[in-house]
Formats: sequence, C-alpha cells, structure tokens
Amino acid sequence: MTTTAIAVQGLRKSYGTKTVLDDVDLTVNAGTVTALLGPNGAGKTTTVHILSTLVRPDAGTLTVAGCDVVRDPDGVRAAIGLTGQFSAVDGLLTGEENLLLMARLRHLGAKRSKTRVAELLEQFDLVEAARKPLATYSGGMRRRLDLAMTLVATPSVIFLDEPTTGLDPRSRHTMWDIVRGLVLEGTTVLLTTQHLEEADQLADHIAVLDGGRIVADGTPDELKRLVPGGHIRLRFADAAALDAAAGLLDGSARDGSARDGSARDGSARDNAGLTLTVPSAGGVGALRSVLDRLDAAHLEVDDVSIHTPDLDDVFFALTGTKDQSGGVDTKGTES
Amino acid sequence: MTTITAQRPPMQGTHHQSYVVTDAITMLRRNLLHMIRYPGLSVFTIVGPVVILLMFVFVFGGTLGAGLPGVDPAGGREAYLAYVMPGILAITIAGTAGGTATTVSMDMTEGITARFRTMAISRAAVLAGHVLGNTIQAIIAVALVLGVGVLIGFRPTATPIEWLATFGLIALIACAITWIAVGMGMQAKSVETASNLPLLLVLLPFLGSGFVPTDSMPAGLQWFAEYQPFTPIVETFRGLLLGTPLGWNAVLAVAWCVVITVIGYVWSMVIYERKSVRP
Repeated sequence: MTTTAIAVQGLRKSYGTKTVLDDVDLTVNAGTVTALLGPNGAGKTTTVHILSTLVRPDAGTLTVAGCDVVRDPDGVRAAIGLTGQFSAVDGLLTGEENLLLMARLRHLGAKRSKTRVAELLEQFDLVEAARKPLATYSGGMRRRLDLAMTLVATPSVIFLDEPTTGLDPRSRHTMWDIVRGLVLEGTTVLLTTQHLEEADQLADHIAVLDGGRIVADGTPDELKRLVPGGHIRLRFADAAALDAAAGLLDGSARDGSARDGSARDGSARDNAGLTLTVPSAGGVGALRSVLDRLDAAHLEVDDVSIHTPDLDDVFFALTGTKDQSGGVDTKGTES
Repeated sequence: MTTITAQRPPMQGTHHQSYVVTDAITMLRRNLLHMIRYPGLSVFTIVGPVVILLMFVFVFGGTLGAGLPGVDPAGGREAYLAYVMPGILAITIAGTAGGTATTVSMDMTEGITARFRTMAISRAAVLAGHVLGNTIQAIIAVALVLGVGVLIGFRPTATPIEWLATFGLIALIACAITWIAVGMGMQAKSVETASNLPLLLVLLPFLGSGFVPTDSMPAGLQWFAEYQPFTPIVETFRGLLLGTPLGWNAVLAVAWCVVITVIGYVWSMVIYERKSVRP
C-alpha cells in the first residue's frame, strides 16, 4: 500500500506581476524520493518554501503528511524538516551546540536530546569536529551539520533544496549516501536539483519544472524514453565489412556524410570513421541480437559502444526551447 | 490510561502556546552563549561609552562644567562629571542596539530564522530571546560604565529605592531600544547596514540634555532636544541618581519607552515572515 506524503494541486504563486508557479500538480508517495528538476528560476525553491510553510501559496490545495499547508501549518511543521540552499546554522556556536539548540526547540527533553545529538554526530561523521566552532568547518561539514539539524526530531518528510550545490564530488557522494539511508528508514524526500545526475542517482520519481510549470513527470526511465536517441555504434576494420554490415542490419542505412548520432529514425554510417550507428531501444537483448546477426555473417566488429539517452538529453529537450518566450534557455545550460 | 504508539512526533500545533516561554528561554540561552563566546561586541559596548566619558570629563569637562548654570568655574570638571553621567548611561544603553541589529540581521541572512519558522517556533519566542539577551547585556554594560564613573569621582545620592527605580528604567529603555534594533536588523538588506543603522540611536542623547543644557542650543535644535525621548530619560536618571527635580520627566520617560517598545514590536512582527524568506 502506498500513501501520499505530499499532494499538490493547482499551486499558483506570483510575486507582483511575475508568475513564479503556474498551476503545479505534484504527488509524492510516502517513503520515496522525488526530485524537482529545473533550471535556475524555474520555481523549485518557491515550491519547497510553500510546502514547508515559509511562503503562502496564492492558490491551490496542498497537504504535507496529511496536514493542510495553509490551514494547519503547525501540523505540517511538526512532520517536516527543511535543509535549504543557504546553510541555516548558527555560525557562532559549535556543531554540538547547534544540534542541542535544535533538540531543545523540538522539546525532546534533556536526556533524549543528549543521546539524539550523539547519534547524529556519529551518523554524520562530525564527532571530531563536534566541539569546534563552525568557522573551522568545511562546506561539506556545514552541509552535513545542516542536514543533521533538520533530522533531530526524525521528521517524516524532508525537503532538500539543492543539497549538494557547491560541494566537492566526495562530499556529494556522502550526501547521496545519507539521503539513501534516510529513505531506507522510511523518510519521504523531496529534493530540488539542477544536476541531472543527482536526480538520476537518487530519485524514484522526477518532476521537471520549467518556467513555473511541470513540463514532464515520471520515473527516470520514463523520462529517458521521452527522448529518442538510444543507439548502438559499431566500428569495423575495413570498408567492406562496414558495407556488408550496413546491408545486413538495416535496409535504410543511409549512405552519405551524415555523421553518426543525428540518426533518429534509422541507422547511419560514417565511412571515414568506419562506424555504423544502429538505433536501439537499449538493453542487452537488442545488443545481443545485433551482434548475433553480425556473427552469423562472419563480420568482425572492432568496437561496440552503447549510447542510451540520459537525463541531460531529456532536460535540454524539455527546457531548452523557451528562448523566444521567456529566455529561460540560457539558464538551463549553466553549471 | 491508553497507550498510543505514535510514529510521528507529537503535534506541536496543539501545545503551541505553552512552548512560547520555553522557546524564548532556549533562544535567550543561545544569545547569552553568543555573548560569552564572542565577547568582542559586548566589550565594545562598554569600552565605547567609557572612552566618551573619559574624553568628555577630562578633555572638555573643565570648560563645559564651568559653563553650567550655578557652578563655580574652579570645580567645573567635577560638576560636569555629575552632569554628563546620566547622558553617558543613555548612550551606553543605546549602544547595545548595534549588537542586536547585527545578530538579528545575521540570523536573517544565514537562513536560521527560516529554519525556526519551519519548526513552529513562534516569532515572539525568537525575538524575545534577542530582546531579553540584549536587556541583560545593557544592564551589565550600564553597571560597569557606572562603576568607572564612580572610580573617577561620580557620587550618586540615590537611596536604595531610587537605585531600584534606576535599574528598572534601564531595563525598560533597553527593552524599547532592542525592539527597535530588532526591527532595524530585520529591515536591513545586509549585515553591514544593520550594524550601522543603530548608530543613529547613539547620536540622539547628544541632541538632548545629556551633554549640555538644552537652553544653550539654537531655537530649532532646542525644540527638538526638549521633545525627543532621550531628554526625559536623561532627566529621570539625573533625578533618581542626583536628586534634581523630576517633574513629569519620569512619566514621560516611561511613556516613551512603552511607545517605542510597541512600535518596535509591531514593526518586527509585521516584517518577520516576509523578511525571513528570500524570494
């Protein structure tokens, strides 16, 4: 049985004349990770701020953990945790003091506070730095502390607004592992990111937000299927083998100068590079069948590579066509 | 008794009100910890007024004191020390506003205020933590500055009751000033602006009866000096510590404090939600 942790219907928000969110619908099942993916200015942070009761929506029905965001904000607040883009830590205290502050504000009681803080310091690898002032913390440590502070009261729904922005690769992977761990414990996570790899790594479900609208919504695989471009590329030892293979594999394999990847509706060959590109839905089966047929014809393949459409393709296909209307295009290509 | 196994943490909404005091105390502890951990700012709020005190008494005091009505020119410096001390106390309290505005602004820009808001901590608790912390700091600062005054020859004639009233007034002014400082800290777009805005408050006692009698000023300035809040405040300190006639000054001083507190409180409350989130 799946229950809904976050339900958003018809969410609208504008600041003055600028529409930030325009009729957004979103459903997040309990215990899953949903990524809100989009370029800068798409409305990701505003969505998170509204769901975490920081900003009031103009219109829409929103519930988080069964509580209405507008009518029962304190109910929502009791169930959620937010780690924002800007580290929400007290820079004048130590890591341990920051966590104790949160424990007190969550009314855990003195004894429970102490054990919970110790647990979190251990879990987030901050034991050594616990008594040091935050000025000595690295960016990754601050971010880990920030998340640990969010988790003091074990919230059932967590919002992570660009949790790895500005982190080095190692810290990013640490953060990903932490998020995976939370999900294993049954926490629901809604994260925003502009990194496709991050969404692909973590999310069960991705909603692509662009210009205040959800432009695509589905599992990572479903989204990848939206964009054509999966193919197998074969390289042969000589032109004769290339010719034979082209004839064998696809009647429509076109002769000519079309250079590889552009083939969306059929195969393409590149005579100079002795390569042949065959469209494929992806998967081992398709690859095996191509290789089997070449084998049966005694054609030797020098090199095989598989290209599956990744989320970058999806992202640019979905968000990159706005340059006339809104100029969002250039933002989408950042980072 | 029924046992209910709750997976989720207890709903805070229902107990919300009862946590305001607990949360305010937690916030106060945080602010006191800041002061202990980073005493620089607090030390400055004491050193600043002491330097001004010493300068006014030992550099300008001889001449300024000689100009005071009914003072023997030979005893000018001593007379001026007594005259200026209440004004120095006023700028000491006003000076603590800078620290509050700065820390409030830091909380805003660092996003921790937004975090407090997602945790169902009432804004009253968050802001009261600042106000209580700063009031305590102001009382300590005033006590120390007064101590320096006594060391260089200030001799208050106050009875224990008058001392009590003096510290009551100090607390009241500190509370009023801090609420304004909280508003300034929240309104300011950057920490730098926030730390400079309260300097205006420190200037005010100079434009009143704190350092020279107002009737020595030009007409326009004299009018301002007589009706601005620090004049009755300074006069009340004078009355309590040195036995000069109080008149309506005490009532006016308390009334000003109440008005300023209400303005600062309402201002801060109104902008709290809007300013704690960056769009």
